[in-house]
Amino acid sequence: MATTDVLGARIKRREDPRFITGGGNYLDDIKLPGMTHAVVLRSPYAHARIRSIDTSAARTMPGVLAVYAGQDLAGVNALPCAWAAGGVQNNLNTPRVLAIDTVRWTGDGVAMVVAETREQAVDAAEAISVDYEPLPAVVDAEKATAPGAPQLHENAPNNVCMHWTVGDAEGTARAIESAEIVVRQRIVNQRLIPNPMETRGAIGRWDPGTDEYTIWMTSQAPHVMRLLIAAFVLGVPEHKIRCISPDVGGGFGSKIFLYADMVLTAWASKQLGGRPVKFVETRRENYLATTHGRDHITDLEVAGTKDGTITALRVRTKANLGAYLSTIAPGIPTTLYGRLLSGVYAIPNIYCEVDGIYTNTAMVDAYRGAGRPEATYVVERAVDLFAREAGLDPAEVRRRNFIPPDAFPYQPAVLIGQAGYGLPYDSGNYRPALERALEMAGYTNLAAAKAEARARGKYLGAGISSYIEICGVAPSKWIGLPGEGWGAGLWESANIRMHLTGKVVVTTGSQNHGQGHETTMAQIVAAELGVPFEDVLVEHSDTQGTPFGYGTYGSRSAAVGGVAAQKAALKIKEKARRLAAHMLEASPDDVVFEAGRFYVKGSPDKVKTVQEVALAASVGYDLPEGMEPFLDETAYYDPPNCTFPFGTHVAIVEVDEETGAVDLVRYVGVDDVGRKINPMIVDGQLHGGIVQGVGQALWEGAVYGDDGQLLSGSMLDYALPRASWLPTFELDETVTPSPVNPLGVKGAGEAGTIGSAAAVVNAVVDALSPFGIRHLDMPLSAPKVWRAIHASEVQS
Amino acid sequence: MTEAITLVVNGVHHELEVEPRRMLVQVIREDLDLTGTHIGCDTSQCGACTVLVDGQAVKSCTMLAVQADGSSITTIEGMANDGQLHPLQVGFWEKHGLQCGFCTPGMIMAAADLLARNPDPTDQEIRHAIEGNVCRCTGYQNIVAAIREAASLMAAGGTSAGAAG
Ligand code: FES
Ligand code: FES
Repeated sequence: MATTDVLGARIKRREDPRFITGGGNYLDDIKLPGMTHAVVLRSPYAHARIRSIDTSAARTMPGVLAVYAGQDLAGVNALPCAWAAGGVQNNLNTPRVLAIDTVRWTGDGVAMVVAETREQAVDAAEAISVDYEPLPAVVDAEKATAPGAPQLHENAPNNVCMHWTVGDAEGTARAIESAEIVVRQRIVNQRLIPNPMETRGAIGRWDPGTDEYTIWMTSQAPHVMRLLIAAFVLGVPEHKIRCISPDVGGGFGSKIFLYADMVLTAWASKQLGGRPVKFVETRRENYLATTHGRDHITDLEVAGTKDGTITALRVRTKANLGAYLSTIAPGIPTTLYGRLLSGVYAIPNIYCEVDGIYTNTAMVDAYRGAGRPEATYVVERAVDLFAREAGLDPAEVRRRNFIPPDAFPYQPAVLIGQAGYGLPYDSGNYRPALERALEMAGYTNLAAAKAEARARGKYLGAGISSYIEICGVAPSKWIGLPGEGWGAGLWESANIRMHLTGKVVVTTGSQNHGQGHETTMAQIVAAELGVPFEDVLVEHSDTQGTPFGYGTYGSRSAAVGGVAAQKAALKIKEKARRLAAHMLEASPDDVVFEAGRFYVKGSPDKVKTVQEVALAASVGYDLPEGMEPFLDETAYYDPPNCTFPFGTHVAIVEVDEETGAVDLVRYVGVDDVGRKINPMIVDGQLHGGIVQGVGQALWEGAVYGDDGQLLSGSMLDYALPRASWLPTFELDETVTPSPVNPLGVKGAGEAGTIGSAAAVVNAVVDALSPFGIRHLDMPLSAPKVWRAIHASEVQS
Repeated sequence: MTEAITLVVNGVHHELEVEPRRMLVQVIREDLDLTGTHIGCDTSQCGACTVLVDGQAVKSCTMLAVQADGSSITTIEGMANDGQLHPLQVGFWEKHGLQCGFCTPGMIMAAADLLARNPDPTDQEIRHAIEGNVCRCTGYQNIVAAIREAASLMAAGGTSAGAAG
């Protein structure tokens, strides 16, 4: 392949040979000499006082090396909340690595056993006796704020952690009062359990010789973990801690955060004189104690004119944050939610209020899309509710309210953050994606398709979702602002070294856990340097040997990390050009670069390849005055704005009147993610994203009993999408490059999830419209749909 | 107390002493150090641990090692032959049938069982055959395409999936 074609090519992934042969190296595959095994004993109660813990029997069991309870770690700080957005100030409550006096959710860790084998540790954990005094629990965000509800934290009366608003309250109220049409609806965005196929874990090893810690972790952000552990938890300086993410088996947000076991294993290794300590969650623990996502109760009001113009949207949301604040929890239902409520529409009045609530449940934090799927679900349900009330085609209402293509950059008022710092939508052209999706879905023949389905005893429905995503989450100036963001930047970095033989090693601060960075970053650098793709190696995920990076989430690795790699390549090229000029005895200004070759302007036969230049730089005995040897450059990239991919998805469903079962018969998506580095990988990201949103719409949901027991606590009880439940997707694209970054990329990791839940729910509600049903909450399980049909007054 | 068992794993004969409570997946991962077989759940739901036992796909987290005594087992590490990738491995690579790779070994083994029984499956048959294997990354779209690709490679090349089993 010509090196110039490498960017944008469907290149097979670099990382695959090890995974398809069983050669991956995931956390639980790591075996170290002297390894010990840790098991955490977790609270069976959602809320209880710990009267006492007796570990004496456990300590004497075979193979047991140590048993620790919360008191033993009283000198270790609680885990930090790094993103105290949304006005969280005096009531910030974060978990300790092991609970001391009180447990606040089922799964809260109370003790840890370290033994020679995992089985021995499990047996010993069972021998620990904890005397609990159970307390009343509350799991629902609305009930938690009612008078008389059990209280979780003294500093958070009524369990309210934060109250956050965005938009124009008065203007929105006036617009709603004076509107021709107003629709009000309560919608619930249910709690989800992320479920990466690899559970979480950590291995800690303290080196007695150097007093250094190495922590292997299933993390999407090893650099940030090191920073947090050093600065906030262990009080050990950064240069004494090395964090390594080996191959990581998916994350979807749940592996961004700092978890107790990362600290516990490192701390315990030191207590044990340096023996490594391994902790790997069981799936049941993953359900109980790794973060969950979503869990919003929202009252929405949408208003407009009879001809279909939306004039106002008012949203009041109660966001359930769980028992404590996870690492970036407050930022999700505020900055990443309320600020996206304009969707793809020019809505003149928007107001949103969010209450963040503590409950006796697992912590809620980012899950694929993180706030943006919740916002899109609100907006796209609101548009359909409004269209229905106005008696208009939902497609037509979308057309009428789209931000027009000549309005970009477009600044929605809700995206103007504190201190007046606004993020305009970078580029967009929403109508072509809608029209293409409708055409593919056969939308104009919908009536005939419905009639045909009716003849088979089915109710067919079509649902549209025109979504927008905030990708490339970065600008430090925005995300760093205390109150708005997290008091730190979100830039990314990359280093490139071009070795003597012309082979290239890229190290990136981004983290790969399935997204294909080893391939796409190599494509970017190979294209820029004009070297063969095969000659570029990408290294990542080890704080020793890679430059700092904030990690992989928020669809930001291409638009931020990828651009950092490109910038580093440009620096290499610039230095190489100066050296090439020296070698060609020309002025640097006269030397041009093309496809891996430097030549003198006007005499294309006087050539030095980039590899020849790398060799000269490396041997370094004949360099221009003042030039340092070797081609080795690091770049940091902090973009001026986020990127805003968009698209329209159309779901076609059939509902069986007899059983209420919903069959997703077709799924059409037209996505615009800007320029693509590797379209094959982008398609894969979209596919997986779509299924996570479809899963939420139809099957998934975390369920707690009123006593705080997690009823959906295993893969038997939590319905993950299966291959046979899904059709083959029909995807197409439009391409509107982003002007924000030189690659023109936007991002794709979360787009599918953001668009799909609303498309499916809109389709089911459309199918059920003959019964007068105008809304149902997810998941749209057969019993729920059946009951709704049978409760309906209207018999079709 | 341990029991003596014999396993032929990827063609290699092993005499092992195992505790009766040990699962086959533990013996494969820990005793034989074949860590390509993964553990994704504790309720036999995910299929990440799927291996072939005497040619049939089995969730190795549900079988005691002693139950496998005397059998011949193929794990993902045994699929390639003399450095030559198995058509399923080729299919998964070509069609981007994996992202994080965690479910992949189990998927490939489940698919090997399918193709041995049904060398030319429809998409629907493929989807049913991998129903016991969860993938959270790919949405299954490219996994189905990968298995279809493997089926046509095998038809063209005359390789039988049974050979792997
Ligand atoms: S580990 Fe999940 S089925 Fe075996
Ligand atoms: S590739 Fe990640 S679970 Fe299937």
